[in-house]
Amino acid sequence: MEFLKDLIFLINYLLQGTGVTLGVTLIALSTGFLFGTLLAVLRVYGSKPVARFAAVYSTLIRAVPVVVIIFILFFVIASIVDLSPFLSGALALGFASAAYQSEVFRGAILSVPAGQMMAARAIGMSRLKAISYIILPQAIRLAIPPWSNEAAIVLKDSSLVFVIGVPEILRRAQYVSARTLEPFIAFSAAAAIYFIMTFLVNRGLDFFERRYRILM
Amino acid sequence: MNDETIIRVEDLRKSYQESEIIKGISLTVREQEVVVIIGPSGTGKSTLLRCINLLTRPDSGRIWLKEQEITAPHTDEDKVRQHIGMVFQDFNLFNHLTALQNVTIGLTKVLRMDSREARDKGLWELERVGLVEKAASYPAQLSGGQKQRVAIARALAMDPDVMLFDEPTSALDPELIGEVLGVMQKLAREGMTMLVVTHEMGFAREVSDRIVFMENGYIVEEGPSRQMFYAPKFTRTREFLGKISELYGENRPGEMQ
Repeated sequence: MEFLKDLIFLINYLLQGTGVTLGVTLIALSTGFLFGTLLAVLRVYGSKPVARFAAVYSTLIRAVPVVVIIFILFFVIASIVDLSPFLSGALALGFASAAYQSEVFRGAILSVPAGQMMAARAIGMSRLKAISYIILPQAIRLAIPPWSNEAAIVLKDSSLVFVIGVPEILRRAQYVSARTLEPFIAFSAAAAIYFIMTFLVNRGLDFFERRYRILM
Repeated sequence: MNDETIIRVEDLRKSYQESEIIKGISLTVREQEVVVIIGPSGTGKSTLLRCINLLTRPDSGRIWLKEQEITAPHTDEDKVRQHIGMVFQDFNLFNHLTALQNVTIGLTKVLRMDSREARDKGLWELERVGLVEKAASYPAQLSGGQKQRVAIARALAMDPDVMLFDEPTSALDPELIGEVLGVMQKLAREGMTMLVVTHEMGFAREVSDRIVFMENGYIVEEGPSRQMFYAPKFTRTREFLGKISELYGENRPGEMQ
């Protein structure tokens, strides 16, 4: 009876961290999406120095462990501008994800046939309009499968913000483990919650992929 | 026929790397005229069309669209292209849009027409190419001939001053060529100004006013279609016409209704 009560308390306590985990993930993914798409467009269509900058950003960020980026943003940047641990952690993950997402979108943009741009320009669209209305809508659809992969990675990597004290699932599991001295139960419960969330996210994105598939 | 000049090209040149593709071409297309460009592959016909709507920048020479010199510095290229319709060999329909959306996207995004008006205009253009019942189909659900007719409707929707056709039937199965040529013939009858690169000699002879024979980046000979077919001045023109007619046939059954 006592055990069951503890378990219910544990699950309840961890689930309160789910909101934080989802919040971090959502902010990181959307930041990564916006910057990643922008970087990809700059790399493919930008002038040489701009394209070079985007490429260097991607290479640099991908060569550094995400935890290091979290620390830099929290201890360096957040000491200059006022950022909560939650926000600086989420943004750090977002800037990291932007690099990976830019690779995903760059590949997708390049796999849109060249004739699409030419046809868009031929009806009088500017380059920017052609990119916005013709190229990106197709590229983003093509990018859904690799993007789902990145989404699952970011969801799991959101656990890394525990290092700066954000009370998400892993952080809470750690508290419980320290107090009850039952690490197995605490971390297994955390693992189960991550599994369910990742599973649901992948399912949801599969649905989107089927719904918006372009027949070629 | 009207005498207003729609397209005037003067001493156009274009090179890629070392090789000169277009070696000084001058050409005029008048209002309501149908001009067909013929010639062997790789002689710069497509490049010439792309230079005319500025998809490719010529190295030298000048081009006018009506009274405007479009090769002049600071020309608004996007504006120019709105007035020049282009139909490609491989259709290039926007894959993520329905047939109707393919036709209307230029109206809403380029001309900023409101969506209801664009829809009416789009349906009317699809009607013109006989595909109004395919309005909701995606490109992947259309045959090659239907795709090319939608592409023609897409270009027509912008109400261009002239339509450029770059081998519009070369990527089509033989049995689908007729429907596309039929639409083009109808356009010609309606008085559309057209500049057409094609190997379809039946179309050239029946529909065009003038034929231009290009080879190796030059215009070898040009003249009224009848004269080019029955009394070409140069041996080279005669040889080419003979060979092409042998290869493609002059008339396909059911081609010209």
